[in-house]
Amino acid sequence: MTQSVIVQVGQCGNQIGCCFWDLALREHAAVNQAVLIDMEEGVVNEILQGPLRDVFDSKQLITDISGSGNNWAVGHKVFGSRYQEQILEKLRKSAEHCDSLQCFFIIHSMGGGTGSGLGTYLLKVLEDEFPEVYRFVTSIYPSGEDDVITSPYNSILAMKELNEHADCVLPIDNQSLFDIISKIDLMVNSGKLGTTIKPKSLVTSSAGTFKKRQKPFDAMNNIVANLLLNLTSSARFEGSLNMDLNEISMNLVPFPQLHYLVSSLTPLYTLADVNIPPRRLDQMFSDAFSKDHQLIRADPKHSLYLACALMVRGNVQISDLRRNIERLKPSLQFVSWNQEGWKTSLCSVPPVGHSHSLLALANNTCVKPTFMELRERFMRLYKKKAHLHHYLQIEGMEESCFTEAESSLSALIQEYNQLDATKSMPVEDLPRLSIAV
Amino acid sequence: MEIWPAFMLLSKTRFRKQLGIWIIVQNYNSILTLSHLYRSSDALLVHENDAVHKICAKLMNIKQISFSDINQVLAHQLGSVFQPTYSAEGSFHYRRNPLGDLMENLVPHPEFKMLGVRNIPQMSENSLAYSTFTWAGLLKHLRQMLISNAKMEEGIDWQVRPPVSRLPTLGKMSLNKELHFNTSIANLLILRGKDVHSADLGGFKDPALYTSWLEPVNAFNVWKTQRSFNKYEKSAALVTNSQFLVKPLDKIVGKAWNMFASKAYVHQYTKFGIEEEDFLDSFTLLEQVVASYCNL
Repeated sequence: MTQSVIVQVGQCGNQIGCCFWDLALREHAAVNQAVLIDMEEGVVNEILQGPLRDVFDSKQLITDISGSGNNWAVGHKVFGSRYQEQILEKLRKSAEHCDSLQCFFIIHSMGGGTGSGLGTYLLKVLEDEFPEVYRFVTSIYPSGEDDVITSPYNSILAMKELNEHADCVLPIDNQSLFDIISKIDLMVNSGKLGTTIKPKSLVTSSAGTFKKRQKPFDAMNNIVANLLLNLTSSARFEGSLNMDLNEISMNLVPFPQLHYLVSSLTPLYTLADVNIPPRRLDQMFSDAFSKDHQLIRADPKHSLYLACALMVRGNVQISDLRRNIERLKPSLQFVSWNQEGWKTSLCSVPPVGHSHSLLALANNTCVKPTFMELRERFMRLYKKKAHLHHYLQIEGMEESCFTEAESSLSALIQEYNQLDATKSMPVEDLPRLSIAV
Repeated sequence: MEIWPAFMLLSKTRFRKQLGIWIIVQNYNSILTLSHLYRSSDALLVHENDAVHKICAKLMNIKQISFSDINQVLAHQLGSVFQPTYSAEGSFHYRRNPLGDLMENLVPHPEFKMLGVRNIPQMSENSLAYSTFTWAGLLKHLRQMLISNAKMEEGIDWQVRPPVSRLPTLGKMSLNKELHFNTSIANLLILRGKDVHSADLGGFKDPALYTSWLEPVNAFNVWKTQRSFNKYEKSAALVTNSQFLVKPLDKIVGKAWNMFASKAYVHQYTKFGIEEEDFLDSFTLLEQVVASYCNL
């Protein structure tokens, strides 16, 4: 069995990470290791006083007091160099505890200072120190109405690092999470016949009861935590068709730059029935491809797939998988050289409180609009040179950092454009090697 | 199963023909593996997952097919070949070197080493209770399975017939032709069960089934035993060195080539030391294999 080390950076990263550990422990998954990093004390202190205080000990924490002030440069350049040795030491310790370390999971947000700056600084450190261990990043992208004005700067600067040093990125945005929570609320409140939420569903707290007046962030973080849980389940449990995390990278990343995966998690809630007939099972598969279930604003059905992974948990057979893929294939567009670009895994152990679940990871050009919007917001700020001095006053920061970051993002967008251009072209076989007989 | 590392290597390969849902880079892995095996093995025994899947669904009537079911069918195929048989007609000694005999019978030329297995009958235990078999019936079906390249005994195309004359131009197989005849280099029939000595093998000795390199007496061999196998009162296995794999192999090479031409996933392999040259070598070898079998 392989293990991962979870590195949670910044306020957002630590809050999500906290949810993750809560869920993971319910599944008795104590095999993973964690390192918690924050440049403010608030969140980590809360964790240490909460129900998870016995899970972590001080050896796994790195904290500072002042915070990064929502400034990527502070997180990356200042705290990066200041804490590099400490971070490395903690990471090495965590790695030593693993029999077979396969992957580092970094959880952070893009829009702030610590998660964004320090989080991405870590990527380079990990690449140098543990070159053979995969680097998976779960990144929370800022939505349009983010309350941090400089979030576009932070995000673009972070994107360059993700482009160059991450093996796989799962972009997520708050707006999508919020929409999903709202939908679930609607279902619950509408009192639909037979629709009741089981105590331990996707959005409940660890207390086991569904609190209607829960802070939205708790529920939203829970979704991301569940995503991570399902991602690592294959490596933790038995299944006839297990998938290791390195297989995700191997099968879903056809070109090194294009390693951004759009994710969806279904079902969002369980129904009262215990025995789910095949029709319901099929619904789970259909939902995985609907734009309402994606964790970023994206519509994979109307864009181009490079590859798609389906990670199923619970009592599902190969024939169910096969049937649903055949059924959904006609409505999806795959790139010409990967018409059968599916990767699947089956883990027989379902998540707590569900009879089965499905995590879909799509390498799809539908991620492009998110990047284009990000670039747009960046340009609006950068053209006016707004708030730039906060960054430039940090040692090591120059305007070229910004222009290079913007170029990196533009190059990425261009790659997606080129693929999209092939979308409506007919699929032709390329001429083969001819053999003299 | 014995493997003699000194001079014989019989590799088993499973073709995931149309089960494209499992592994995206399976076509790359297949062509790299196959080409390496082709170079280092004396023979390859190839099974197609799709065919096995169909056998489970149509013949065994299994609704929810699990890996265990698939493996049972494969085990049956292997067992039907490698369970003991008598060394000669009328002998009561068992064959002592089945692998060596297999090689001798089926691989006359090192360029042609792809073997496949066809079994008859194959059915669920429930259906077995209501069925009776004759050797004539079983062998008639098996022969037609061979020449029409059917994967199992259901849906056999009875329109396919051996060519009237064995002129090279008429016998050549086109990848695009619908009605094609599966030419054999060599065949080995293994019969197990009651009255095995009464089986009429004439149909398999017909020179029209074979290339002109070997006399039918050398191209066709039979092993027998009265011991029944796996609850079938009478059962037959055919190990064939023929054109049976040309189309599936060609498809896989085609898909892998499309992917390679787009350079997709190549970086994942170069990361671990497989260079583009290695890919090209593999493609070249397999295109050669396809061409060679095609031109039988």
